[in-house]
Amino acid sequence: MERTLNLHLKVWRQKNRNAEGRFVDYEANNISTEMSFLEMLDVVNEKLIKNGEDPIAFDHDCREGICGMCSLFINGRPHGPKDAITTCQLHMRNFKDGETIVIEPWRARAFPVIKDLIVDRSAFDRIMAAGGFISANTGGAPDANAIPISKNVAEDAMDAAQCIGCGACVAVCKNSSAMLFVGAKVAHLGRLPQGKAERERRVIAMVNQMEKEGFGACTNTEACSAECPKEISMDVIAMLRREYYRAMLKTEE
Amino acid sequence: MANEVKSRNAGKLDAKIPDGTLSEKWTNHKFQMKLVNPANKRKYEIIVVGTGLAGASAAASLAELGYNVKSFCYQDSARRAHSIAAQGGINAAKNYPNDGDSVFRLFYDTIKGGDYRSREANVYRLAELSVNIIDQCVAQGVPFAREYGGLLDNRSFGGAQVSRTFYARGQTGQQLLLGAYSALMKQVGLGQVKLYPRHELLDIVIVDGAARGIVTRDMETGAIESFSANAVILATGGYSNVYYLSTNAKGCNVTASWRAYKKGAFFGNPCFTQIHPTCIPVTGDHQSKLTLMSESLRNDGRVWVPKQAGDKRAPNEIPEDERDYYLERKYPSFGNLVPRDVASRNAKEMADAGKGVGSSGKAVYLDFADAIKRLGVEKIKEKYGNLFDMYKQITDEDPYKVPMRIYPAVHYAMGGLWVDYNLMTTVPGLFAAGECNFSDHGANRLGASALMQGLADGYFILPYTVGGYLANLKADKLTADHEAFKEAEKNVKDRITKLLSIKGNKTVDEFHRELGLVMWDYVGMSRNEKGLKHAIEKIKEIREDFWKNVKVLGENEELNQSLEKAGRVADFLELGELIAEDALHRKESCGGHFREESQTEENEAKRDDKNFSYAAAWEYKGDGVKPKLNKEELVFENVKLTQRSYK
Ligand SMILES: Cc1cc2nc3c(=O)[nH]c(=O)nc-3n(C[C@H](O)[C@H](O)[C@H](O)COP(=O)(O)OP(=O)(O)OC[C@H]3O[C@@H](n4cnc5c(N)ncnc54)[C@H](O)[C@@H]3O)c2cc1C
Ligand code: SF4
Ligand code: FES
Repeated sequence: MERTLNLHLKVWRQKNRNAEGRFVDYEANNISTEMSFLEMLDVVNEKLIKNGEDPIAFDHDCREGICGMCSLFINGRPHGPKDAITTCQLHMRNFKDGETIVIEPWRARAFPVIKDLIVDRSAFDRIMAAGGFISANTGGAPDANAIPISKNVAEDAMDAAQCIGCGACVAVCKNSSAMLFVGAKVAHLGRLPQGKAERERRVIAMVNQMEKEGFGACTNTEACSAECPKEISMDVIAMLRREYYRAMLKTEE
Repeated sequence: MANEVKSRNAGKLDAKIPDGTLSEKWTNHKFQMKLVNPANKRKYEIIVVGTGLAGASAAASLAELGYNVKSFCYQDSARRAHSIAAQGGINAAKNYPNDGDSVFRLFYDTIKGGDYRSREANVYRLAELSVNIIDQCVAQGVPFAREYGGLLDNRSFGGAQVSRTFYARGQTGQQLLLGAYSALMKQVGLGQVKLYPRHELLDIVIVDGAARGIVTRDMETGAIESFSANAVILATGGYSNVYYLSTNAKGCNVTASWRAYKKGAFFGNPCFTQIHPTCIPVTGDHQSKLTLMSESLRNDGRVWVPKQAGDKRAPNEIPEDERDYYLERKYPSFGNLVPRDVASRNAKEMADAGKGVGSSGKAVYLDFADAIKRLGVEKIKEKYGNLFDMYKQITDEDPYKVPMRIYPAVHYAMGGLWVDYNLMTTVPGLFAAGECNFSDHGANRLGASALMQGLADGYFILPYTVGGYLANLKADKLTADHEAFKEAEKNVKDRITKLLSIKGNKTVDEFHRELGLVMWDYVGMSRNEKGLKHAIEKIKEIREDFWKNVKVLGENEELNQSLEKAGRVADFLELGELIAEDALHRKESCGGHFREESQTEENEAKRDDKNFSYAAAWEYKGDGVKPKLNKEELVFENVKLTQRSYK
């Protein structure tokens, strides 16, 4: 049943890339439990605008958990207190009346804050440009059924392909490692027969770019997988390692 | 109207349909188009705005051919375009299940589904190319669902009697987009595409009558920049957000198409919008968007409302004989599976009659109790588990125990920029692809056909037709200090300054909501002359109020989300009026456009082929001046026009 909540917010405000940031307190009153977390922020922003105060900037687009644009560290957890969902799918019924909610941007060296709760995740795109693809130019593809792929293999590839590129894995990792994100792509493409031809090139290029971007090393804490809204499994990191060592050996030969 | 001179292929509205039989047209055309010498391709610059299925596939494919491509989107990454949200699947006439599908059948279903308001030649080409799309996507690593034998699996989707829908769990759009995005990113890595994320197109630049570039705003710094090119492709998606609440992403907008319209591109069939019957209902004024749930739910769910208006009992307390399973009652042969528009309109009728359910009264039940009894919870879980979970996540109600509440929501725009067979607008050098063109779906789009169209446009049509256009041009370079760019930049800056200087007392969202309500009430699922005229007046009033009273804080030279929204809503406030005008002039009902004055005795949409068998292409004539209606007569040589019946 619908209830209303009064909440205290502590929100990270930062004017731009170069400015210093700080927490600012806001009161969010009469918040319906039916609202999503982002709708709660909408309501706060409408009030701020009415009062002539700069609204809180946050990234979002689809608001249904698939575009990967929303982010937010909520009370110390990326995408908030519930597992396996994004911030835009989080509802206010998961909070208690009178609660204080701390809202921060993703924090990682490779993801600089550009305003308030918005960060620059273009490092992910550069990793993808380095090798996150199968080279199959348009035209000339063989019939789609020419290569049968067992259902299990297709399903495993799909499990990894679900990554939405949100960056929660990096944000939660104490080393700011991007291994889960990179592993997900390497596993998706590497598990399919179409992806085998380029497997060595791909994994080396992606890992090199990842290092260049300033993401940290992986120490197997597994927080990334636990907080991933798409529940990408640690298996992809194991696969990334195997693929990488295999590729290094092969290219040395 | 009936006496007006037919203007097929006259003047500016030449659809450029190639000669030959349906199945020869595209092949002949490809052969007849001039080619750009491979060594010359790198001398041409092409701008692609949008990185959804249409834009990403076009940018990647053109870059592979050797053109220099610049790609723009408003999100922080090309991978986030709203194509990502498509759930159900993508059609293709592969006939893998051997159930009688063919290119002609897919063509026929699409023409019929569109209620005979689309162009035969384009739709046939779409059906032809559908098979190549699946091949291309599999080669890129799109993990489509497979059978145990390792071959691709298909399912059936609304409006078709064959199984031709390919899917990747409930995330088909995501997987197709990630495929196109990966092809795009490869070209970015090679330096053949330069990517401009967080850049919003704010104007199109025309030089000597042809599109030669765009003006954008860098959404982080506010910098207004010009980019020149030899051709410009818009792939900027649909305009359903003119209704405020829709299944589109929050940022989806009409700005690119609207700037194009104001620069001379005709706008086709703006009133053809689609409403999806199974969305999660609105919970209050805070509602910011609507979430769609797959139509497949109607295969097993039964739609009902209480017989008695105002019955506020809990659903489980309402006995069988006091329930009205109105779809089963009114449409005994199709029952709960009537097409989208029929299901939607009936739900609204029930709500309007006071029989709606839930606290808002704007919902109907979709009940799985019988299906659970018949098939068991396990079977239902297997079929719809993720949808049930999503529903519970949003509503906090358990659909295994209480019926779901659903209500229709605006979902898709069939209308958009008018384009000829080459996907070129009425402005030379300006192309439109994907949902932002007036497309191949006529007055109604069938499920799983938008993804197909976006990829056909981008992978397989534009690489040829843009080449055909460029082959006839010199590869001259314009610099952005050309006067036309200067002027466009100035207009963009003036408009931003104006928005920031009003300093009124209403937020952008307040105006957007107000517009949305008018659109939904009078230009929504069911339209009539009086309501449409009222809407036109109301929209004008809201627009005037907007330009006097909107409150946009901050400045241009920063990341300013209110300013972004204000620009988009300003354009919606103009588009809304054009939609209403178009709906008013089209006195027939067809597809998603239902005019109460034109219905059969059974309250079904009644087409008027004698007077309205054309695509309406609206021409901008200046602010405050009525736009001019141009008509592309539709000629049907290969299908017979029939009236739909779902009784
Ligand atoms: C919830 C949902 C489910 C759907 N399910 C299906 C389905 O199962 N099957 C099916 O066939 N269809 C489905 N559709 C429809 C289909 O997804 C869309 O029609 C299609 O994906 C549109 O693709 P597009 O490339 O034209 O546009 P989009 O994917 O919307 O991309 C638009 C691009 O343009 C950019 N852009 C827009 N405006 C500007 C601007 N002013 N400046 C710069 N860039 C701009 C955006 O950044 C984005 O990159 C669904 C739609 C929705 C909303
Ligand atoms: S792996 Fe998970 S957490 Fe990381 S980017 Fe992908 S979806 Fe987000
Ligand atoms: S806004 Fe798209 S995933 Fe949250």
